[in-house]
Amino acid sequence: MTTLNQLRTGQRARIESLAGDAALVQRLYEIGLLEGEEVELLGVAPLGDPIEIRVGNTRLSLRRREAVGVEVEVL
Amino acid sequence: MSKVTVALIGNPNTGKSTLFNALSGLRQHVGNYPGVTVEMSTGRFSHAGTEFEIIDLPGTYSLAPRSPDEMVAVDLLLGRRPENPRPDVILSVVDASNLNRHLYLTTQLMELGIPVVLAVNMIDVAKSQGILVDPVVLARDTGLRVVPIQANRGTGLDELRTALNQAVGAKSPTTGPQLPEPVEAETAALETELKGLIPRFLARRLLLDVGGYTEEWLTTTSRNGLKDHLLAARSRLSEAGLGVPGVEARTRYAWIRTATAKAVTNPPSRMVTWSDRLDKVLTHRLWGTLIFLLVMFIVFQTIFVGAEPVMDLIDDGTSWLVGQVEGNLPVGPFRSLLSDGIIKGVGGVIIFLPQILILFGFIAILEDCGYMARAAFLMDRLMSRCGLSGKSFIPLLSSVACAVPGVMATRVIENRRDRLATIVVAPLMSCSARLPVYSLLIGAFMTDGYPWWVPGLMMFAMYMIGFVTAPLVALVLKRTLLKGAPPLFVMELPAYKRPSLLAIGRRMFGAGWAFLRRAGTFILASMILVWALLYFPDRDANGRYDQRIEALRNEEKDDEANKLRSEWQRDSILGQTGQALEPAFKPLGWDWRIGVATLASFPAREVIVGTLGIIYEKGEVDAGDEEERKKLGETIRADWEKDPMRSKYRIPVALSVMVFFALCCQCASTLAVIRRETKSWSWPAFTFVYMTVLAYIGAFLTFQIGRVIVDLVG
Repeated sequence: MTTLNQLRTGQRARIESLAGDAALVQRLYEIGLLEGEEVELLGVAPLGDPIEIRVGNTRLSLRRREAVGVEVEVL
Repeated sequence: MSKVTVALIGNPNTGKSTLFNALSGLRQHVGNYPGVTVEMSTGRFSHAGTEFEIIDLPGTYSLAPRSPDEMVAVDLLLGRRPENPRPDVILSVVDASNLNRHLYLTTQLMELGIPVVLAVNMIDVAKSQGILVDPVVLARDTGLRVVPIQANRGTGLDELRTALNQAVGAKSPTTGPQLPEPVEAETAALETELKGLIPRFLARRLLLDVGGYTEEWLTTTSRNGLKDHLLAARSRLSEAGLGVPGVEARTRYAWIRTATAKAVTNPPSRMVTWSDRLDKVLTHRLWGTLIFLLVMFIVFQTIFVGAEPVMDLIDDGTSWLVGQVEGNLPVGPFRSLLSDGIIKGVGGVIIFLPQILILFGFIAILEDCGYMARAAFLMDRLMSRCGLSGKSFIPLLSSVACAVPGVMATRVIENRRDRLATIVVAPLMSCSARLPVYSLLIGAFMTDGYPWWVPGLMMFAMYMIGFVTAPLVALVLKRTLLKGAPPLFVMELPAYKRPSLLAIGRRMFGAGWAFLRRAGTFILASMILVWALLYFPDRDANGRYDQRIEALRNEEKDDEANKLRSEWQRDSILGQTGQALEPAFKPLGWDWRIGVATLASFPAREVIVGTLGIIYEKGEVDAGDEEERKKLGETIRADWEKDPMRSKYRIPVALSVMVFFALCCQCASTLAVIRRETKSWSWPAFTFVYMTVLAYIGAFLTFQIGRVIVDLVG
């Protein structure tokens, strides 16, 4: 079971579930992450954190500890 | 003429502000919404016999309020603010390339019971990516009035105005997504329990937003029992497989998918955009960082280099004016008030303008084109070590030039606690006004007789004091006073776009004007106060000081004139205070002269050099003149040699003065902008107090430890 923060740059995956702090999960929903959506890991900041992902046409940056609750299936 | 109120709302980066400006033009002003720290502008326009008032609500991803600010917007939309009229129409702006996500907010707007008009913006950008949106089909499938627009080109605006007109008084949409029956039932139960205190919309938010503002507000102000019922309700839903917050998201997005299925045509495979290409470089681990450092360097250098000539001009202008006043008015308190108080005071305010305008110009460009978010992304790790986030980097960096625009730049930080922490530590970042003090004392005490690298090293060390203390204080603040749940960093990196000159110009002048109006009055007042404290009493047994000094100068007896000037200052209210406070200065190794000069420089630290000049009978020394500074330094040094204690420990004393200046907030301008940005007096007061305490302790430790070291080294 892979989580969003474990993806490597350039990898694409489908979101399986969103777990973690309810406020965080709600925020992730509002900003476009949803079960069934496809994400792509675009890159990582110089010191290893945060990460940059793409969902649909939206580019997002989130910290690894925010991404750790997002389960994905690598495509 | 009938009057219609329109609420303009949408995600950040949808071109909402462009639309607002396009609709209201110059007929806009910042609205007065008590209790709100964000600015909400109100604009006006007329169309077909109707006068519209449009409120630009802050960009947001959803109507789930998370802060008092967001609650104000929600209350406004629900008509629960008696001071503000309930909007007649909601104008929901969405981005055509990201329709599905943007419609999330729209579906929430549809629950408010007010007609909603959907403006689909950036149609052209979407088209260039192969995304086609059919407004007619979209209108049919969503049940809303849909108008495609290009806000930056002004396309579609007439149709938009017409649609707004037609929407007034129409039925509010009833075709939006419906949450599953059990969820609505629990909502109704909560609404009943609260005996109609809140409308259905807020009851829904209470249920759905775990730990949200509605929950916090209601569970702390209502009778107990509410929290338990709330948790029980959520638990029941969770067991039924309809747990919050997921159930809301799934319901909304499912409806959105159906509603856009026929209206939106996507290309077979996603096209690579310019933003994608740019980001490959700009957020690259190596290249991105290098480019970022280069950009920061350019901004920084421009502020220093670009502002200086203008600042010199303002300085010259002030001096010229002072010369005119002194040449044409008789000696007396009025002349002195005018030249030393008002003109110098106003000059002291205006001199910040070049730096503010340049910095805000850059910030506006970087924000508008979308690069700001990338900068925050690159710097986040570094900042989060101090309890802050990437967005604090640019404000803090700007504060190294001058904290005034630095503090104003904290507007980009949405999280209230992060913003406050950044504002409160910004003055610690060694600003350029501290340089004259460092130069004077390092030049006087740590140059002659020392290796060549000592002055530079000392200067560097003084800067580092600020750079190290600021993050530490921020960390402490975030753990104590400003403690709270760690804020979410989740941030959108908007598509790059060409910044609009008009928008940049607007922002620049808005910032400058705001500074002049609000901060200016406070700074001027404090400078006049200090002037008065140094001026009175204006005579002794032998008559008025100013007349005698003028007479002496006319006779070219400059030394005597300077001596009298020094006496005058010593016997002034501030001077006497300084002498009385000498016991407080002793532990720092200071004498009353340094004490008085420090007190006098509380409104503006650069004043210290000139004031020291007067006290040491050199007349008013120009801080920028290296020669004059050197001479003053020698005078101070000679004076200290006379006192056995200060002669032996002259380096610790010099260091303690510098450390005090490094850590103390001696800048009325900074306090004034802190007041303006935080809309309260407590934060500038807190900043002033904590920094003064820090400075005192720092100077004390420096002197005492320095003394011990000098004794040991012998």
